[in-house]
Amino acid sequence: MVEFNLPKKSRPVAGKVWPKPEGAKRLTEFKIYRYNPDDDQNPRIDAYYVDRDDCAPMVLDALIWIKTNIDPTLTFRRSCREGICGSCAMNIGGTNTLACTKGIDEVKGAVTIYPLPHMAVVKDLVPDLTQFYAQHASIEPWLQTSTPAPEKEWRQSPGERRKLDGLYECILCACCSTSCPSYWWNGDRYLGPAALLQAYRWLIDSRDESTGDRLDNVEDPFRLYRCHTIMNCAKACPKGLNPAKAIAEIKNMMLARQL
Amino acid sequence: MAEVELGRGSPESRRPLSPHLQIYTPMLTMMMSIAHRITGVALYGGTLLLAWFLIAAASGPESFAVAASFFNSIIGKLILFGLTWALFHHFLGGVRHAIWDAGFGMDHPQREWLAQGTLVGGAVLTLAVWIFAFFAR
Repeated sequence: MVEFNLPKKSRPVAGKVWPKPEGAKRLTEFKIYRYNPDDDQNPRIDAYYVDRDDCAPMVLDALIWIKTNIDPTLTFRRSCREGICGSCAMNIGGTNTLACTKGIDEVKGAVTIYPLPHMAVVKDLVPDLTQFYAQHASIEPWLQTSTPAPEKEWRQSPGERRKLDGLYECILCACCSTSCPSYWWNGDRYLGPAALLQAYRWLIDSRDESTGDRLDNVEDPFRLYRCHTIMNCAKACPKGLNPAKAIAEIKNMMLARQL
Repeated sequence: MAEVELGRGSPESRRPLSPHLQIYTPMLTMMMSIAHRITGVALYGGTLLLAWFLIAAASGPESFAVAASFFNSIIGKLILFGLTWALFHHFLGGVRHAIWDAGFGMDHPQREWLAQGTLVGGAVLTLAVWIFAFFAR
């Protein structure tokens, strides 16, 4: 359902402006979405000032700096700090990306940070990804074969392997799906760009023998065809992948099997 | 021991929805998708006006004169100008989507070129038709 406004209890209000660190010469302002599940208050936007001479260059560094030096209650997911785990996906400066690979100086002015858009918020910058993972599981992301397993590995030519480039690199950070207006309005029925890119990753794998079943699984007005080529997914992907293109390829596979 | 005052319902049901359209940076292709929908809806109205014009023309000189005076008024011309733009913008948007559906032009920066081309092409074709109509009278 298209709903332009947030529910009343979800609308962020002005929050606390935290004191500037003393003696800092170079300050950058961070406006960060806060939500505490324990106090039954609306979400709020807190302002923090980060001493840039004491902080490494990435947005994740600033979040950790704030948590260490100003406000230990600030909550966010993070792990690898090098763009491979996908934990620190959030909306920074108006677009979805990974906090660990986004430079603070890439954002003009105050750095605004929200959780991934149109998701249920568990706390602060932590969204509930249960449904996102369930959608990934629904495309059965593993190799499916019916012929007897070979003595050694399943063979694949270099050319066939190259078809997986631009697909296998997906880290399931959810930046793409939560940037997609179609996913915002129909996230309960539309699989979203991440799950569909993963679906195509198995559809195009020369070793997989469930292509027909996989196509049947996504052939649905909502699951696949809610993609309207808005392209926010391809612009958001921090790994430079193109889910919109993968979805177009699935649609073409649908067409090709009917001819 | 201090008691914690909790809201009604489980924590899961009280979770707020994170901001979306309100905070997302407008992307050209995203705005073009919205414009494609709006022009599509506008064309429904345009089709009704065209039907009125044709019915009026078929009904006789008097009813045609009523329709003609509406379309020749300032407001009528503004509506027709807007509809001409909506038609070309939507048409070129359809071409752009056909190209994308065929699997071409989806990478950066081609997708931006296609979106910009739709925007410029729609304006140019609209002006061309109106300039032609103006001089052909």
